[in-house]
Amino acid sequence: MPPPDCRLGVDVGGTNTDAVIMDAADRVIAKAKVPGTADITSGIVAAIDAVLGTPGVEPQRISHVMLGTTHATNAVLERRNLRRVAVLRIGGPATYSIRPMFGWPRDLVDAVSVGAAIVDGGIEFDGQDLSPLDTDAIARFLGQVGGQADGVVITSVFAPVSARHELLAAEVVKRELGDVHTSLSHEIGSIGLLERENATILNGALAGVARDVARAMRDALTAHGLRPVTFFAQNDGTLMSLDQALRYPVLTIGSGPANSVRGAAFLTGISDSLVADVGGTSTDLGVLTNGFPRESAQGVEIGGVRTNFRMPDLVTIALGGGTVVSGDPGDVRIGPRSVGYLIQQEALVFGGTTPTLTDSAVAAGRADLGTSVNGGGADRTGRYRRLLLEALARADVMLAEAIDRVKTSKEDRPLIAVGGGSILVPDRIPGVSEIVRPEHFDAANAVGAAIASVSGQVDRIFHLGPDGRQAALGEARDEARERAVAAGADPGTVQIIEVEEIPLAYLTSPAVRIRVKAAGTLGGVPAESHSTSEAS
Amino acid sequence: MKRLLDPDSLRALARGCAVLGAGGGGDPYLGLLQALQATEDFGPVPLVDLDELPDDSLVMPCGGIGAPTVSVEKIENGDEGGRLREHLEVLTGRRVAALMAAEIGGANGLLPITWAARMGLPVADADGMGRAFPEVPQVTMHLAGIPPSPAVMTDERGNLVIFQTISGHWMERLERAAAVEFGGAASSTEFSMTAAQARGATVRNSVSLAIRIGDAVSRAQESPVDALIAELGAFRLITGKILDVERRTTSGFARGSVVVEGLDADAGRLIRLELQNENLVALERGRVLASVPDLITVLDTETAGAIVTERIAYGQRVTVIAFACDPVWRTEKGIVVAGPRAFGYDFDYLPVEELAGATA
Repeated sequence: MPPPDCRLGVDVGGTNTDAVIMDAADRVIAKAKVPGTADITSGIVAAIDAVLGTPGVEPQRISHVMLGTTHATNAVLERRNLRRVAVLRIGGPATYSIRPMFGWPRDLVDAVSVGAAIVDGGIEFDGQDLSPLDTDAIARFLGQVGGQADGVVITSVFAPVSARHELLAAEVVKRELGDVHTSLSHEIGSIGLLERENATILNGALAGVARDVARAMRDALTAHGLRPVTFFAQNDGTLMSLDQALRYPVLTIGSGPANSVRGAAFLTGISDSLVADVGGTSTDLGVLTNGFPRESAQGVEIGGVRTNFRMPDLVTIALGGGTVVSGDPGDVRIGPRSVGYLIQQEALVFGGTTPTLTDSAVAAGRADLGTSVNGGGADRTGRYRRLLLEALARADVMLAEAIDRVKTSKEDRPLIAVGGGSILVPDRIPGVSEIVRPEHFDAANAVGAAIASVSGQVDRIFHLGPDGRQAALGEARDEARERAVAAGADPGTVQIIEVEEIPLAYLTSPAVRIRVKAAGTLGGVPAESHSTSEAS
Repeated sequence: MKRLLDPDSLRALARGCAVLGAGGGGDPYLGLLQALQATEDFGPVPLVDLDELPDDSLVMPCGGIGAPTVSVEKIENGDEGGRLREHLEVLTGRRVAALMAAEIGGANGLLPITWAARMGLPVADADGMGRAFPEVPQVTMHLAGIPPSPAVMTDERGNLVIFQTISGHWMERLERAAAVEFGGAASSTEFSMTAAQARGATVRNSVSLAIRIGDAVSRAQESPVDALIAELGAFRLITGKILDVERRTTSGFARGSVVVEGLDADAGRLIRLELQNENLVALERGRVLASVPDLITVLDTETAGAIVTERIAYGQRVTVIAFACDPVWRTEKGIVVAGPRAFGYDFDYLPVEELAGATA
């Protein structure tokens, strides 16, 4: 039997769960799509079972599993399965004018927090102490709330400049409470105290969700006699180890769109392009830059909470294959309701009674789908033909406007169309030079998870010394490379994929915030996987 | 008392401060959270007219000074304002009757409310700019001949410096250097004055105006942008989308230019905005449509939310508006301090009514 050399990519989306198997030559050798279920975890199990059950697939050849999932997002939105944490902020006497979680929705505060405290300590932008760290106050706070806390969340002022107070505080937590789940803000977010603290609190609250998903994965794989190395896809389209995912589950939020964009890049060989991922309910438009999704400059709000961590910069519109078409010719309405994963029963072309945009695409001859009395599904759409074509024309305009919003320059750019609903995308769109439709377009998200690379990022403030900008940039680049290698990237493949410089205005001494990201392909298979034991 | 600044009026005020920031002054989001928390903890702050205050009582202009990037990380303690007041009273021998925003535009328009709530003091319905400007002496008090000294600067730890300088220029130089040592951001008061002086040396009713702007936007039935333009008597320079953004950094200031391409009724038009922290000049085919000290603000066409200069990005659907600054900025002295030439442009100031009014 050949040695394990295949990767299994799984992507949990809003409508379906997709799985693909790719071989050592990066060919898709099997794929499966299963409809979503109320309990998403069983969707993962079903998708894994389906793809491993494909004729010709040898499950023993799976060496790595990569999972992209919306579990974390849904848990926050639905306030479900969240852990309650002790929230510690290090920054006194600064920051008291906005206490932790001020302005959060009340029910979310109740769902995630057992209490919060601000203690003296923290860092200045130039790396000095804001004030000495008050470890006694930390111990007192932990004594009050530690008994009820499932985890501890620590955020220090200017932790992105120096993490030393967060690390010292983590030692106090370990001494007082033992091996409790601890989230440190410098490992999660960038500059912006409140947004970083918010993301870190959500991280602590999501620890249980991450563990449940990891466990479901392990059980599904064990049932097939597999113990592959497991990775989770994160928001920026790169991977983290299972260990890291258990520590930093909030970083998996937004991994779905990132996977699609990466998958689109891989399937086409294009590294700079626009990407449209058309699903059953919505379309995500993103930008592929250097093979990675472009990230948003502004923080993203999740469940009513502002955060600032890495997310793909997307424009999302309520337009998908299952989007319901209603109204009358001359007054057509598109969505926002979608038949979702029920499309195979509800859409006209499949013998159902609900006109959808998939029916529009078939009526217009963009796709040949469905079942019929004689020939294609198109004859089932006859009665609604005018309405459907009008809806499609409207949908084309919506799509063109959204594409224009996501573009970063006025030049025409190619567009890669992926996702199960991408049959909706017309062959010509204003502002688009070419529409690329890759093979396996319908599983681009799972492919993106399977081929994802490993990254490292630096985002902090540098003081420009005598050697100026270049020295600071060099230092940031080296640090990002080291972090990518530490996360599991093959050192020979690590490249700098993003550099951003923001000078600090209104200051007399030169300082600049530098953000650098490096990424490389996954290194060799580690000698031993410690991942499965962590999930138990 | 004119009104109590309750949570609803604070939200409206934050929206208005963003519009009056003319692209600068920083995002009022943190300022709003601070004011909401202080109001929740200590009760709403009264907004008073300068006419209600005793003639010889002190009005304390105040706000934050330093780098916005530091302010989003090292947030204020909340008691800085109390310390500024205490020392200012000792230095001047007068009682502070009300706090006042030195700068209504951006985040600084809200900070005095956070401090006033804790002290049980009112906030005056006035400010020192009617907009946002980058430098300490770019205030109406300076134009009125009020000295910047004594100035007091403090940090969240309780460190405190008193400045006695010979000019506004020296105040800017020394305070900027001190702010760096404080950790890149600090709280300060300059140009303190009696209520009698303040009546003729400030932009009156600017807090009320900011609240009205915010209310007009949130209550708009049809287009929030139209409602805002009507409220301000502003000129719509263009409705379109951001076509090009160019940024460069010179001597610590974020400069750049933005090109807006007209859509629909404005199709075929192109407008260029020149930026340096704030939006300074709007040009069409080399012709000036508006310039400092008049206000130029970029609004989201859909929501009428003001977009600060660092957040402008390609593709955004925007409406650019321009409106008149306070008349005091149009005096000879005002134009010297904050006109086009003060920012390095080689043309004379003309009021927006004459420039944009000709085309609108």
